[in-house]
Amino acid sequence: MQDLSWPEIFAKMAVQFWPVWAALIATLVVSFQMRRRLGLYGKLFDSTVGIIGFCIVMFWVFTAIFADMIITFDPIAQISGLKNAVPGTAVPDSDQWYLLGGDHLARDVFSRVVMGARRVLTIAPAATVIAFMVGITLGLPAGYFGGKLDTGLSFVANLVLAFPVILLFYLLVTPEIRATGVPIAMAAVLFLFPVIFVSVLLNSRYFTTPAKRNLYVGAALVIGLWAYSGLAFNADPTGIWAMDPNLLNVFVSVVFVNAPTVFRIVRGIVMDLKSRDYVAAGQTRGESAWYIMLWEILPNARGPLIVDFCLRIGYTTILLGTLGFFGLGVSPESPDWGSTIDDGRKLLSIYPHPAVVPALALMSLVLGLNLLADGLREESMRD
Amino acid sequence: MLAFLLRRVGVMLLTALALSFIVFCLTNLAPNLEKLARTEGSVRMSDEAVASWIENNGHGGSMVMRYGQWLGVVPGWVRTDDKGVTRGRCLAEGADPASAPRFCGILQGDWGTSTVFREPVIDTISDKLASTGWLMLWVMLVMVPVSLIIGVLSGMREGSRTDRVLSTFSIATTATPEYVSGVILVVLFASATTGISPILAEWGWIEGRTLFLGTATSAMDQITFWNFALPVMTIALYGIGYIARMTRASMTEVMTQQYIRTARLKGVSFSQVILKHALRNALIAPFTVIMLQFPWLLNGVVIVETLFNYKGFGWTLVQAAGNNDIQLLLACSVVAVFVVLVTQLISDIGYVFLNPRIRLS
Repeated sequence: MQDLSWPEIFAKMAVQFWPVWAALIATLVVSFQMRRRLGLYGKLFDSTVGIIGFCIVMFWVFTAIFADMIITFDPIAQISGLKNAVPGTAVPDSDQWYLLGGDHLARDVFSRVVMGARRVLTIAPAATVIAFMVGITLGLPAGYFGGKLDTGLSFVANLVLAFPVILLFYLLVTPEIRATGVPIAMAAVLFLFPVIFVSVLLNSRYFTTPAKRNLYVGAALVIGLWAYSGLAFNADPTGIWAMDPNLLNVFVSVVFVNAPTVFRIVRGIVMDLKSRDYVAAGQTRGESAWYIMLWEILPNARGPLIVDFCLRIGYTTILLGTLGFFGLGVSPESPDWGSTIDDGRKLLSIYPHPAVVPALALMSLVLGLNLLADGLREESMRD
Repeated sequence: MLAFLLRRVGVMLLTALALSFIVFCLTNLAPNLEKLARTEGSVRMSDEAVASWIENNGHGGSMVMRYGQWLGVVPGWVRTDDKGVTRGRCLAEGADPASAPRFCGILQGDWGTSTVFREPVIDTISDKLASTGWLMLWVMLVMVPVSLIIGVLSGMREGSRTDRVLSTFSIATTATPEYVSGVILVVLFASATTGISPILAEWGWIEGRTLFLGTATSAMDQITFWNFALPVMTIALYGIGYIARMTRASMTEVMTQQYIRTARLKGVSFSQVILKHALRNALIAPFTVIMLQFPWLLNGVVIVETLFNYKGFGWTLVQAAGNNDIQLLLACSVVAVFVVLVTQLISDIGYVFLNPRIRLS
């Protein structure tokens, strides 16, 4: 079989990505048709920057979803003779090619990048969501009540923020620290916040109708504590919720780094919004403090929070890449982009492709998220 | 003003104490000490031997006491072993116990000994910090003017084509972390097989095989444009986008103010309005941003020094963390935290000084 030239490589890759193109076109057509009825999401389609960002992000999201259909080889299989193979090399005894070449262990770069997208796009948004819940649950009362609570929480937040991120990672993501149980303790604290957040959210909304309240809060608590026991302590009897200790360590550190910034943003917005008339009206009606915070103030703070959420997923992706780049908390088999870049950089000046491909992938995803955030900001400011 | 300063410095010292204690705890965890015992003593030590090594070398006792010793507010440990040899934290090899000082922590200037470099930590740190200082200096010299110019140019006429192009450039650079831009820059400019170097070499425009050097190791002895441009650009690029966007936001806000319109209506030329009226007010916000950029620069320094093999502060931090060099890692952390806190302080104070609208007292 012939090796491929560059135009052929791009054509082959475009064909491999067919599920992504199909899903992307379907999403765009449906959203565009219904854009006047979809609120902020629909308005996104009025801004060019927003559309470009949205397309790039959705491209990677669909790549992560359909990764199994897109890959041409097993991302950890090694095929002899293809060590550092150049892009487009034909694989012996098969009708396939190493579309983007082979890495230093003769694995397919293309399949690894596609699989890496799945890994990055599961950890980064999940960590960001947890960080947001921690930040919101602590930021709302700090901004609303102020006083000693605010002083204390702000001091702790500033303490974490004064740590250079890289140093924190070197201290928190090590094999030694796993033996001491510090990551589990941190997980026990951080993962509790989503449960508290959802329970308080439902309780404050339905507390006038106890029957409904008991049902919703009870269900939230059961599911929440079930997931909590599995994720933080690996004690879920059914084994549905479980997390690899390596991954838990990375996950917890990333949440820990992000939460204080979210806290500061939420606190700032709440301090601004609490002097509005609708808050005073709620207080006069005798609504509870948590109802006002979660159902009056929080929905009105959604604009800046959604924008920051997009930016923060990008930032978390960069942080995860940094961890991978320093080989912290990842297994050598892992196809995530950071550690692939780290593997590839040793032979960078001779065989650039194993490092450049994941580097471009990471860059495009973060760029897409930044553009999306920019589009959202522009559109949300117009109201 | 004085009260504000004192309060800020007080909070800073409290933060520094809390942070250094946390770092001390995290570096002196039991598994780290066991690993240290095995590397310093012998790999095949039994668990009892490890425990007694830890005890005999002053790593026993409560964490707070050990932190106090390290800080220099609690007398250093002294221990006489079964052979009658007295050793202690403040005792050099074979020194007289009677004449030794009682306190020896970082407050007394004793930072301990590095187990990786086999020399006093203070020497290693000051040596490497000097190397990183040069890197930071050049990064600042490139980053600050370039980002301010980009920000002012794009904020001057919001929505113009210049603005669109420069804003896109800034967004692109903020989306490119150092380990990505470093890799791309090396492939483009410092690879013998790809990028522009093979073409230039073929035309005979460059003497060596590559245009720039892919490593900055030679910059340790002598900094030249060819060995230092890529590391400096890699760190600066990420910051440029961020500072430029802040400057742009601040500039667009200033340009909509009444006094700018008044000046224009009086017939002052556009360039004069920008230089005399807009710039000074627009540069207050970027100042804070530039100062707060330092913690992130530290991150960039660690990545770039690893990527380009430049033996500075960041490289030392990686070595210390990778080799379980507790004293060196502690010293690195103290320096890093100190840099972050001082820049925060400067940015707070600078903001108050620069902004005429804020009046304390």
